[in-house]
Amino acid sequence: MTSFETIVIGGGHNGLVTAATLAKAGRKVLVLEAGSEVGGAARTEEFAPGFRTSAIAHLLSRLHPDVVKTLDLEKHGLRVARADFVPSVALSKDGPPLVLHGAYGEVLTGASPSEQSAWKELRAQLLRYAGTLKPFLSRRPPDLAGMSLLESASLGQTALALKKLGKEDMRDFLRVLLMNVADLLDEQLGDIRLKGLLAFDATLGSHLGPRSPTSLLGLYYRLAGETAGVAGAQALPQGGMGAVIAAIRAAAEGAGAVIRASAPVAKIIVEKGRAVGVVLDNGEVLHARTIVSAINPATTFLDLVGPREIDTGLMRKVKNIRMKGDAAKLNLALDRPPQFTGVDAAGHRGRLVIAPSPDHVERAFNPCKYGEFSLEPVMEITLPSLADPSLAPNGACVLSAVVQYAPYALKEGWDAGKPKFLKAVMAQLEAYAPGIGKSVVHAELLTPADIETRYRMPGGHWHHGELQADQMLISRPVSGWSGYDTPIEGLFLAGAGSHPGGGVSGAPGLNAARRIIAMKG
Amino acid sequence: MKVWDAIIIGGGHNGLVNACYLQRAGLDVLVVEKNDWVGGAATSRELAPGFLYSNCSYVCSLFRPEIMRDLELPRFGLQVIAYEGGAVFTRDGDYLANYRDHDAHRREFARFSKRDAEAYDRYARDVTRQCRFIQPLLMRTAPDPTSLRPRDLGELLYLGKKFAGLSAEEMALTLRFWTMSISEFLDEYFETDVIKANFALSGIIGTALGPMSPGTAYVLLHHYMGEVDGSVGAWGYARGGMGAVTKALAASFKASGGTIRTGAEVDHVLVGRGKARGVVLAGGEEVYCKLVVSNADVKRTFLKLVEEKELPDIFLRRVRNFKIRGSSGKVNIALDSLPEFPALPKDSPVYRGDMHFTDSVERMERAYDDWKAGRWSADPFLDMVIPTTLDPTMAPPGKHFMSCFVQYAPPKVNGREWTDADRDGFAESVIAQIADYSPGFRDRIVHMEVRTPREIEAEVGLTEGNIFQGELTFDQLLFNRPVPGYAQYRSPVGGLYICGSSTHPGGGVMGAPGRNAAADILRDLAKSTSHMSPAHDVI
Amino acid sequence: MARQISKKPASKTANTVVSARIAAQSHFRTLRLGTPFQPRIDALARTQDWYNWAGYHAPHSLWDEELEYFAIRSQAALFDISPMTKYRIEGPDAEALLNRVTLRDVAKLRPGRVHYTAWCDDEGFVLDDGTLFRLSPTRFRLCSQERHLPWLLDSAIGFDVTVEEETEAVAGLALQGPTSFAVLRDAGFAGVEKLKVFDLADFPHDGGSVTISRTGFTGDLGYELFVSADKALSLWDRLMIAGELRGIRAIGYTALNRARLEAGLIVANADFTTAEHAIRADRPRMPDEIGLGFMIDLKKGHFNGRRAILEARVKRKLRHVLVGLEIEGNIPAEHAIVYYKKSREVGLVSAAMWSPMAKRNIAIASLERPFGDTIVEDLWVEIYAMRELQYQKLMKRAKVVARPFIKLDRRTANPPADF
Repeated sequence: MTSFETIVIGGGHNGLVTAATLAKAGRKVLVLEAGSEVGGAARTEEFAPGFRTSAIAHLLSRLHPDVVKTLDLEKHGLRVARADFVPSVALSKDGPPLVLHGAYGEVLTGASPSEQSAWKELRAQLLRYAGTLKPFLSRRPPDLAGMSLLESASLGQTALALKKLGKEDMRDFLRVLLMNVADLLDEQLGDIRLKGLLAFDATLGSHLGPRSPTSLLGLYYRLAGETAGVAGAQALPQGGMGAVIAAIRAAAEGAGAVIRASAPVAKIIVEKGRAVGVVLDNGEVLHARTIVSAINPATTFLDLVGPREIDTGLMRKVKNIRMKGDAAKLNLALDRPPQFTGVDAAGHRGRLVIAPSPDHVERAFNPCKYGEFSLEPVMEITLPSLADPSLAPNGACVLSAVVQYAPYALKEGWDAGKPKFLKAVMAQLEAYAPGIGKSVVHAELLTPADIETRYRMPGGHWHHGELQADQMLISRPVSGWSGYDTPIEGLFLAGAGSHPGGGVSGAPGLNAARRIIAMKG
Repeated sequence: MKVWDAIIIGGGHNGLVNACYLQRAGLDVLVVEKNDWVGGAATSRELAPGFLYSNCSYVCSLFRPEIMRDLELPRFGLQVIAYEGGAVFTRDGDYLANYRDHDAHRREFARFSKRDAEAYDRYARDVTRQCRFIQPLLMRTAPDPTSLRPRDLGELLYLGKKFAGLSAEEMALTLRFWTMSISEFLDEYFETDVIKANFALSGIIGTALGPMSPGTAYVLLHHYMGEVDGSVGAWGYARGGMGAVTKALAASFKASGGTIRTGAEVDHVLVGRGKARGVVLAGGEEVYCKLVVSNADVKRTFLKLVEEKELPDIFLRRVRNFKIRGSSGKVNIALDSLPEFPALPKDSPVYRGDMHFTDSVERMERAYDDWKAGRWSADPFLDMVIPTTLDPTMAPPGKHFMSCFVQYAPPKVNGREWTDADRDGFAESVIAQIADYSPGFRDRIVHMEVRTPREIEAEVGLTEGNIFQGELTFDQLLFNRPVPGYAQYRSPVGGLYICGSSTHPGGGVMGAPGRNAAADILRDLAKSTSHMSPAHDVI
Repeated sequence: MARQISKKPASKTANTVVSARIAAQSHFRTLRLGTPFQPRIDALARTQDWYNWAGYHAPHSLWDEELEYFAIRSQAALFDISPMTKYRIEGPDAEALLNRVTLRDVAKLRPGRVHYTAWCDDEGFVLDDGTLFRLSPTRFRLCSQERHLPWLLDSAIGFDVTVEEETEAVAGLALQGPTSFAVLRDAGFAGVEKLKVFDLADFPHDGGSVTISRTGFTGDLGYELFVSADKALSLWDRLMIAGELRGIRAIGYTALNRARLEAGLIVANADFTTAEHAIRADRPRMPDEIGLGFMIDLKKGHFNGRRAILEARVKRKLRHVLVGLEIEGNIPAEHAIVYYKKSREVGLVSAAMWSPMAKRNIAIASLERPFGDTIVEDLWVEIYAMRELQYQKLMKRAKVVARPFIKLDRRTANPPADF
């Protein structure tokens, strides 16, 4: 038996980033992945014969620059340049769409001149404020109880960055920080298509509507991400998100990490308050000095460690993490590319968003509060095979969409609800791309319940815990244990459930690895 | 030509509190009030023969004891009678009561869930801890975090120290209180829907938010703050209706030499060379003074009473962006006899407290969805009291006055102004709900006054009918209230101050904004504030 | 979208859960409940001096505080403990759950035994102390001062166990004092002589059974009896009749409180503040800070607060210590401030009395370490003795002494003495 210093549970992108970072630091690392291949919800998968698509995450917009740099991902095959940036298209039923070109609308087309200048101002402001928050992404949340000098200093830096905004800007920043996105948009913009798009982006992946206070944070989170060094930019990776995974995997293996797939972990062995190894589903026992869980924090504590080894208060907190997803994934195999009304060829290769207005998004949100799905859902659509024909048979097309709101705990149950929801989604699509229904060869709708089962994401939530103000920073995943370490000595968390949260960023994985190295854990 | 030391625009409770403190500091103060009576939203009016209506605010809960003491309100006739109970009726023919007695409270909860009954103490502890943290801030002027002035730095330091004095767990809890929805917060303590609804209502009263909106946990604290110093009768009726509060204030003001002019609507503030010089009344009369204090909300004050050219653009933009959406209405009812609620035993103390019919958080939230869509709630949330069960002075013998606070009512209906037909439809939704639980209720009605945001704005002057003069969300609290940079009762116009609920710490018949504004004005005038009690200790 | 919820009340309900709930509405008319023994206690309550014990009206005294106290020490005293909070914890994992929740090793508690224990939150702060009765290998009763159902239920997640609150269903009596054994024997509880301290056993009573344990809160020979509420009165009568010649007396809390202080026992929310009720962050206490460190069993596996307790010990973060004090003179030092060298404030007396048994002036106090821990000399208490509307301030020397303040061999003697 080969011995490993460190075992990483879960071969999703964060697990791989942790493994690669630790391996590069000279550790002997073993990654245990439950599925038959690594990558989790960032895999590229075949969903119909000849049709492949990114599992859940289909757009690259926030892979952290430190991750790219630390792991030399460019050397391992990940190359994204400005030319790869794709636009966001706010679709409209009544007229031409509005298009945000470049990195989140460096150029806006389809809007009035006054709207364009309003947007220019708002975009700059949003990027400025998001930029102020950006340093938090690659840092451990401050430990309020016993703040170290370094931590105080870095908080001080943030305060300084705030001061740099200038007096009035700082005042506005502090005012809008916890505001709802709809009100801010109403203050500054007029075009409901543009407002709809931003309202959608702010609430995508969360149990909030654009009128919910704090929903603006979602937009900051998005804009704190960058691609190829440009904030707000997004790209469709060649080969799907699986290509990103392949690069990270190559980095990990290149540094000597060993990856075992089809090796689901049943238990983390805890002896006298210290994690000493894991037991696999097949009964195999593996020992290591450090165990890193890059899977869901609730699964980690409640299932793998088990309630007997943790305190009741912590268990309460873990059980209270809200992680019931509202986003579904739609994969369509189409016999020909669809035509979205009024959208040009470049637009079709971008991100197409159906969110006609903030009110529409809000109305779509309402039912999910009560365990019902939206009758007029909102969604972001990509057609990845247009730029990467390898994803679909000749002449055919892949449509990949993230659709809200589809509550994880549907009152009527997803067995009964899924066909109805699919019908509602298709009706929306048909309205914007007439004739699309007839071109469907195969439709795969993954509800949050499906996502939970297939990708081992409790609640089908890609952030592994609602990314709302009360579950961020020092409260993520739970207050008292937000710094990647846990009350179990030798056990660390590295998944999206930890700060800063989900999306293909690798930041939790990187931060966790840095913490482990710093703690000599 | 008389030049007053100060003119207060609006004789609401905060305007009167402010006037009292200024007058007692030796200033010569005039209060101008557009209605023929003072009181603003704290009034008692005889709208049907023999019936006194607390037709806007209806409960005395948050009024600061320090102010009551300084202004000698008990001497001028203020008596507060505490609620004896309260309840949420359930659709299965039962009710969940709130009793004052701790053990009765627990046993009542245990009827629904033994677990929830025993969860209450931890919940109460956590809420109390937060109230103790926030309450001392009520009576302080919020610091400007961008300022380097010693006073702002000092206040910031005070805030920082208070925060640093918390344990790590409490800090986390504080952050959660500021950002969580009351519904999610309660989910962490309780399992029973009606018990959650019973607490959640304090998170929505007066707001344009639903119980599932983040930030409503803080609103709950705002409503609980009145109880924190353990003053008995914190939640109660003012004997003679809410007008008794402002009547006592007016009497206190006059006794110290102040002057009140009613029926005197202000058209605009006279500004000369960047400084307030007086007010021009609706009839054109000019009244001069050295400083003007507006009790009107921030929008009314700066968008209607002051000319645009006097104000900087950035300030105007922020004032325009101030959120002041009304969310509630009132239905005030004169009854020829005490209504019966078959679910409620006749000797229950609940009759002498607040009653509700919304027994689930979901119903409350659905009522809010209607508001968002620009409609009044089809199944509204009611906070209903019958003050005459404790205060017979408000109705002829044997008869009763009932006040129903109703959420939600939008400032506009489907984007247009309210019509009389809308108002009747709104009233019917309320009466129908009560009648569902109280057979024969309609037959007892002698007279009814229905107030939608339209009526509240027209009579009381609250923009969009918002009872808190501005929503209580984080972007409008503390140093952000009413607008960043002007959270200290001052304005860009020299000598023009604001003292209403638009300012820190916000709405409710609390009096703190009026008092804090007076303290800042007196500081500007380099006058003594020794007649103002400091905030009560929280130890 | 169609509304899926009704907004109207149901016209008539046939649901039994609802009708039972409605039937319980009337509790608001009686704020202080009587216990199952109330008719007997009422008949004896000549002082009518009541207090509120967890929602029950319980006697401070019944006829004479002094004589009630001496009934404990010289005869047999009967004290109604029904209001004490009781939980039944039952199931294959009951032992494992209690091991996770409480400080002591429950595996070492054999069926038919009782131990005194405590339990903590994650931060190692004491939630409560209480007694744990092992009624069978898989059935326990946990008696406590405060209420803990949510904590116990949440702790039970992942364990095959049921937790039920049974305070009202189970009536309890403490029979304490030198003649208590004789009273029980004369009452016909055959075999009760076999009970050693902290033993328990079931005995037939009135067609049912009564659980008798040799436990108590007095430091004296004594027993506690638990019986279903419907058999409470017959049990009371059985004891009173059997005990007549042995001087059995019903007593109130004042007398018991004196006895417990002599025995050096602490009371939650009197001698320390329980974690779930502490409003101020610095008030909760760790077991080591209130003299319960002996319970902590670090060898038994994980239990709530283990990590924090261990860390506090290792990093020397324990800030307080609870001690017994013997104070010169005879004036009780209730709630007096404790000083070092007569000037530096170092703590507070939480309970104090002149002990009639020890003939000493005794107290329990919480001190800030190192005082009471490594520095035990030169401690003083300042007693404010109110005498005819004047404080007579006394500065008295205090000596840290071991608890209990009295030790009575009869408490543990086997077989128990027949007085």
